[in-house]
Amino acid sequence: MKITNTQELYNNHNLFKETKEKETKKIIVCAGTGCVAGGALDIYDEFERLLGEKNLDGKVDLVKEVEDISLKKSGCPGLCEAGPLVRIEPGDILYTMVKVEDCKDIIDETFGHDKPLERLLFNVDGEVYVSKHSIPFYINQSRIVLEDCGEIDPESIEEYIANGGYLALARVLDKMSPKDVCNEIVESKLRGRGGGGFSAGTKWSQVLSYESDMKYIICNGDEGDPGAFMDMCIMEGIPHSILEGMIIAAYATKAKEGYIYVRAEYPLAVKRLTKAIQQARQYGLLGKNILGTDLSFDIHINQGAGAFVCGEGSALIASIEGERGMPRVKAKRTVEEGLWKKPTVLNNVETFANVRYIIMNGAEWYRSHGTENSPGTKAFSVTGNVNNTGVVEVPMGTTLREMIFDTCGGIMDGKNFKAVQIGGPSGGCLTEEHLDMPLDFDSLTEVGAMIGSGGMVVMDQDTCIVEVARFFMNFTQNESCGKCVPCREGTKRMLEIMEKIVAGKANMRDLDLLEELAYTVTETSLCGLGKTAANPVLSTMKYFKNEYIEHIVDKKCHSKVCEALKTIIIIPELCKGCSKCARICPADAILGKVRETYTIDQDKCIKCGACIESCAFHAIEEV
Amino acid sequence: MLTSEMIETVDTIINEHDNNQSSIISILQGIQREYRYLPEEALNYVSDRMDISSSKIYGIATFYENFSLEPKGKHIIKICDGTACHIRKSQPILDALRKELSLSEDRITTDDLLITVEMVSCLGACSLAPVVNVDGVVYAKMTPSKTQALVRKIKEGQLSEDN
Amino acid sequence: MGTMIIDNKKVEFSNEKNVLEVIRKTGIDLPTFCYYSELSIYGACRMCIVEDKWGNIFTSCSQLPKDGMSISTQTPKLRRYRKNILELLLSSHDRDCTSCNITGRCDLQKLARRFGIEEIRFGELDKKLPIDDSSHSIVRNPNKCIYCGDCVRVCEEVQGVGALSFTHRGSDLRISPAFNKGIGEVNCVDCGQCRTSCPTGAITVKDDREDFWEVIWDKNKRVVAQIAPAVRVALGERFGMEAGEVTIGKIVASLKKVGVNEVYDTAFAADMTVMEESEEFVQRLTSEENLPLFTSCCPGWVKFAENRYPELENNISSCKSPQQMFGAVVKEYYKEKDKEDGKETVMVSVMPCTAKKAEAAREEFEVDGVRDVDIVITTNELARIIKEMGIVFDELEDESLDMPFGLASGAGIIFGATGGVTEAVVTRLLKDKPDHTEKQVIFKNVRGMDNIKESIFTVDGREVKVAIVHGLKNADDLIKMIKSGERYYDFIEVMACPGGCVSGGGQPSPVDTELRKERAKGLYKIDRTSFIKSSDKNPIVSKIFEDMLKDKKHLIHVHKK
Repeated sequence: MKITNTQELYNNHNLFKETKEKETKKIIVCAGTGCVAGGALDIYDEFERLLGEKNLDGKVDLVKEVEDISLKKSGCPGLCEAGPLVRIEPGDILYTMVKVEDCKDIIDETFGHDKPLERLLFNVDGEVYVSKHSIPFYINQSRIVLEDCGEIDPESIEEYIANGGYLALARVLDKMSPKDVCNEIVESKLRGRGGGGFSAGTKWSQVLSYESDMKYIICNGDEGDPGAFMDMCIMEGIPHSILEGMIIAAYATKAKEGYIYVRAEYPLAVKRLTKAIQQARQYGLLGKNILGTDLSFDIHINQGAGAFVCGEGSALIASIEGERGMPRVKAKRTVEEGLWKKPTVLNNVETFANVRYIIMNGAEWYRSHGTENSPGTKAFSVTGNVNNTGVVEVPMGTTLREMIFDTCGGIMDGKNFKAVQIGGPSGGCLTEEHLDMPLDFDSLTEVGAMIGSGGMVVMDQDTCIVEVARFFMNFTQNESCGKCVPCREGTKRMLEIMEKIVAGKANMRDLDLLEELAYTVTETSLCGLGKTAANPVLSTMKYFKNEYIEHIVDKKCHSKVCEALKTIIIIPELCKGCSKCARICPADAILGKVRETYTIDQDKCIKCGACIESCAFHAIEEV
Repeated sequence: MLTSEMIETVDTIINEHDNNQSSIISILQGIQREYRYLPEEALNYVSDRMDISSSKIYGIATFYENFSLEPKGKHIIKICDGTACHIRKSQPILDALRKELSLSEDRITTDDLLITVEMVSCLGACSLAPVVNVDGVVYAKMTPSKTQALVRKIKEGQLSEDN
Repeated sequence: MGTMIIDNKKVEFSNEKNVLEVIRKTGIDLPTFCYYSELSIYGACRMCIVEDKWGNIFTSCSQLPKDGMSISTQTPKLRRYRKNILELLLSSHDRDCTSCNITGRCDLQKLARRFGIEEIRFGELDKKLPIDDSSHSIVRNPNKCIYCGDCVRVCEEVQGVGALSFTHRGSDLRISPAFNKGIGEVNCVDCGQCRTSCPTGAITVKDDREDFWEVIWDKNKRVVAQIAPAVRVALGERFGMEAGEVTIGKIVASLKKVGVNEVYDTAFAADMTVMEESEEFVQRLTSEENLPLFTSCCPGWVKFAENRYPELENNISSCKSPQQMFGAVVKEYYKEKDKEDGKETVMVSVMPCTAKKAEAAREEFEVDGVRDVDIVITTNELARIIKEMGIVFDELEDESLDMPFGLASGAGIIFGATGGVTEAVVTRLLKDKPDHTEKQVIFKNVRGMDNIKESIFTVDGREVKVAIVHGLKNADDLIKMIKSGERYYDFIEVMACPGGCVSGGGQPSPVDTELRKERAKGLYKIDRTSFIKSSDKNPIVSKIFEDMLKDKKHLIHVHKK
């Protein structure tokens, strides 16, 4: 199985490709985290059972062709909202919200009668889309990095090789010197996808320039921003593309060892990466003398243990070294003194996944995508109040409007757009006025936001922006490592003030203090987490100051989100005395007797709204 | 108390890794998997065997959220509080669960060590928000009542351990 | 090498390890809580921030000086941020300054005054954390901790002990021993170096002054004090004197004023130790057993060895430390007299060391139910006793130590500095006693502040290999080298604290290498001028060995229970 030279790899590629092309009838079940949560594995098992039955005794009345149907699992194709997803070849048919009960119909109808099952097709406003690639969600994307994600079986190295995988590595080994590789990446202007946007090629060139007995490649898969999961998709869906990027980086910088740091919340990503590494070793693509060359490189997986701050470079390195994940101050940069004080390339998942395309197609091709200073594409995970939540990949420079309204189908329930929080707890808010701004590293920084890792939370008119800022403040405060004073004490005090504001207990002096603290924390904190911790507060204060004032002066939350500022009442005329609300109330705040009118004890009420949902007579409302 | 079984278990875990500090987090994860928490005597034993001060190990164990120094329940219910889940109301689910099990922020495990309830950071299943993870299985689009039903299933032993 | 611009002035730099050091060279005392030149750079307090010409703000402790760099140490932004950081620190800090053990000497308090923080706009801490007084040597008050981590780094990097660690995170960040146990219940060796580096009152010396006052006022007690060598070269600092200035005369005078009956010199017991330990060493050299011989004077080291290298038990000298020897001998000396006078002798030692408090409390240090040492107070506690009494220390007339135990050789005095014990023992063993000038040549490698010092002497025609370490991390490294067979020695002197007892945990702080050298110089000056050069020439020591200890050698040896 071990491939000992690049020619052999090309041969294998051709062989696998041929085999793959022969498989014309395919059922591809999405096995990403989202769809698995929706029951995708049960669906897979059901397909397996149904196909097995056919093969075992042939009693099932299926048409003959069924026998050569192949069943596969894939990574996440991105349209998570509509999961579990099942794709059928031929025809590029995408079935959405599939249930176990649908499996038999899918086989019978699609293959048996050559007719797509209409009830499972994606539809918007009555318009039905048969082919996956005709859905607006996909039409408006340009999937380069994610091209194979959702198409191939992430647990099959053969499928990856069939689709051109590891050919970039072969090209590098055959035709390029380490310096050439670094130059190609520099010229591509590939910028780190983890947030900072630093030139990846420059990092590589610097690491190459340092003489050292040991150098390391680290892949940052600690995607901790709540609401961001595109790196998860890549790790789960196309793990080999990360390995290939890392191996090329190792060749380019003369590194010998690599680490992928995956956050603890992604067990499936760990499983897929582990398997991918094993396969790559078996194929001679990792380990000693890769593809028979002098390149020796191996990759280890480090599983995080639950600390957002470990996404920060120096904290991540501390964590790999077996320390508390506290960021370090360093006189020298990671490229010179990184892991164990050795020169280290530290890039994020998506950055590495870009590498093979740059090598195969050239820097110039890469620069033809995106904008001049932010070339290429960017994966975003879009969540919140949009119709199609999921992972999308668009060229840098795409506008928010295109993303939210064209690709993701606009705001849910026909409500109005209010804002989008981009870049997670480190990012900022963008509003209506930014909808037509091109999204790239520099333009976002200019308006006080950042691309961050690419998490996007869309908020509609009913979202309370002050409460969102409080939520992020609470998040960073919880995740602060506590090392430096401004972040440890400053975020604590900022959260205190935010809590006072949403509770209607703050005054205007608190607002000034909040702002003063925000600047202190931003400018004096030790690491990136602290330096950006105040961004959600600062940017919402900039664009929604009136909402802050409304909470502070008028003691009102017009979105009816802030619980202390709202009152829940039972309308006596509508109450039938069924007692359901009293039973469901977590605070035992609803009093009364069966068949009489119930009332809410406002002192006890925690305003969770559970009673409103429970009332069959719509007798409870918020005022 | 440090039993010979524990020594054997911890030895096995340590031997699976290099005996140096960079392995300590993986070793602690191994111990936690085995005992569902980090027993003090096990950590002291690791300290002796690996020549790392026990205060340092304690420092690491208390830094990372996944480690627990208290025994956890047989079933662990994690309620995601990522942005998407928060916006789609994960808090009422937590409140309802705590009420159902008489738990609180400081008391996260039931007395019979059957169930632990914790709020966790984003599980990456944002499209299905709010989500709840029970023993590693993600349940999508949850509500307080659906979660309560799940708990009753656990109590009745209908949710097997390896589910 | 290069030039940078600091506050619009050109400043040359050479090998300074960061911009902060260059700034300090220009006469600007940039504030910090977490920067100690001897520890790793931590960068957490953010007080040493500077601003470059583009308005970027960064900490000067973590920045290498670069040629052409231009920075300001004082700008409107920097001033506001420093004040905010101080206010934030104060807001989470115990605000009960007036009753704090170190009020007036607290760095947080000093900086708050310097920056004029007169209002704290945040609420107070809602819950108080329990105070840890489980140790004989130090007290930890987590409510006063500012999490600069100096104690954690000293304990780990300098002492190799690692009794303290950061635990938890964010606003729950704490510093504590493993499993939040009391510091007295873990592997702490009581050296008190954490205390000397703590900028606030979060770690203080266990205060035994009340016990002291109690015996002073008890008519039935005979209060006998012993003064350790290192105390006399550091106490003056608390009264505005220079480091290294010898104040033994004033110490005697003040203790007499306070009401101590007899004031003796621990250096006398050091002479006894030299005699007994030399004999032990010669015996081991002859029998070739239990070599190398490790010294036992330092209780921090003894506890460290017990914790980490219990197998070295037989290599450590069985002699009691000077403090304990002294206690045992004094108690024996006054035994009969106490009966006659109807009094009870109380041994009070004045020590530079916090570990001596723990040593005195060890159960084995008693003879027939009589404790060797009853009360141990540190240099700092003595300073406070003197201040409380209102004694104007620097104007005191010198008084002499009491006899008979006030007589000590110069060799006994230099016990207080690293290398001192070795020098004294070797001097004792050399037949031809070197004079002052010869000593400087012979003991060149023994003196000074190098981490590990080595020397070879010829005693009775046999080559004797000697090593001297100070700082327990250095000791740990040395032991590892010995265990691996990389090094061999016959005699090893270990002092837990860097520089030896002169920078013990009970001494005025903060301490750096320069200060250590100054204090050590003071001790060598006494040695130079003392008329007894070698311990075996101390007539009273000889007499004690001939009479009292003739068949009571057990008094001065350790008998572990």
